[in-house]
Amino acid sequence: MAKLTIDRETCKGCGLCADVCPKHLLALSREINAKGYHPIGITDQEACIGCAFCARMCPDAVIKVEK
Amino acid sequence: MAVVYEKTKLLTDKPLHYCPGCTHGIIHRLVAEVIDELGVQEKTIGIAPVGCAVFAYDYFNCDMMEAAHGRAPAVATGCKRVNPKNVVFTYQGDGDLASIGAAEITHAATRGENITVIFVNNAIYGMTGGQMAPTTLPGQVTTTSPYGRDPKLCGYPIRVSEMLATLDGPAFIARVSVHDVKHIMEAKKAIRKAFEMQIAGKGFSMVEVLSACPTNWGMTPQEALKWLADNMIPQYPLGVKKEVE
Ligand SMILES: Cc1ncc(C[n+]2csc(CCOP(=O)(O)OP(=O)(O)O)c2C)c(N)n1
Ligand code: SF4
Ligand code: SF4
Ligand code: SF4
Ligand SMILES: [Mg+2]
Repeated sequence: MAKLTIDRETCKGCGLCADVCPKHLLALSREINAKGYHPIGITDQEACIGCAFCARMCPDAVIKVEK
Repeated sequence: MAVVYEKTKLLTDKPLHYCPGCTHGIIHRLVAEVIDELGVQEKTIGIAPVGCAVFAYDYFNCDMMEAAHGRAPAVATGCKRVNPKNVVFTYQGDGDLASIGAAEITHAATRGENITVIFVNNAIYGMTGGQMAPTTLPGQVTTTSPYGRDPKLCGYPIRVSEMLATLDGPAFIARVSVHDVKHIMEAKKAIRKAFEMQIAGKGFSMVEVLSACPTNWGMTPQEALKWLADNMIPQYPLGVKKEVE
């Protein structure tokens, strides 16, 4: 199992990470962060394979991946 | 648990001011990761441009300078010649490098100046509100080409990498893209190669990175990456344009 740490206050809700997740585990949250964006969240942490595609795609270095 | 991926220490904690989905951020990250991995943080000097990346000096955790519009290669020349042990890079947009700075980049390249240039080509002037750049595609709508760029009136886009590769001075010139993970990995390899060429004293190195400007292209981040792949890559073919032994 892998672990994702998302810096929700830095996320700009662009969704580029979600588009590259091979497991389709990422989706924008309903909440809004201090910047006014819907930050990304992981829908099923157990299913994450730790490939870090999401982190490599993110323009804002929001995601840390551990495995 | 081992870390598979985390933000490099070569980027400061300051949040990037770029628009959501702007690929300037990806390119910053790749350059920072390469400087970190090569272990040259203490002797690296980056030169920031005028353009959306004007605040790059706040983001890179190494010495940084700000140059007048288009003049980053001239400032980099000074930084490198004063102390050739410095690792010196410029980070420039297409308006900065290919229009107002066309002379500086051309002469730095032909002198074989031992610096590394990161050239971010998003086919538009991002910072000033989306005007036509020398790199704007034929037919591309911008605020100064509202009916699409007409080459009969405005000329054709400049393929900077191919043009500079005709010169004898440059040691390494490549064009890459960051529209998906595979290309991001390839872009990082080319950026690493460019810095390695400089460190080995081979001479001028440049990596042109095709980049998206969702805001001024009037697209979502997703549409912008697709537009880049479908329209920019045919106009600006990827690959190594020049490499000396
Ligand atoms: C001497 C001078 N002329 C014009 C400008 C206005 N100006 C600021 S940024 C820019 C172009 C930016 O475009 P680009 O280099 O492509 O960077 P981007 O914002 O697209 O990353 C221009 C013309 C200026 N700041 N200084
Ligand atoms: S690490 Fe891979 S599987 Fe896990 S969320 Fe990111 S892209 Fe999806
Ligand atoms: S790519 Fe980065 S900034 Fe964009 S939604 Fe994902 S985590 Fe947030
Ligand atoms: S205007 Fe374009 S290039 Fe500038 S930060 Fe926004 S998306 Fe990026
Ligand atoms: Mg530009």
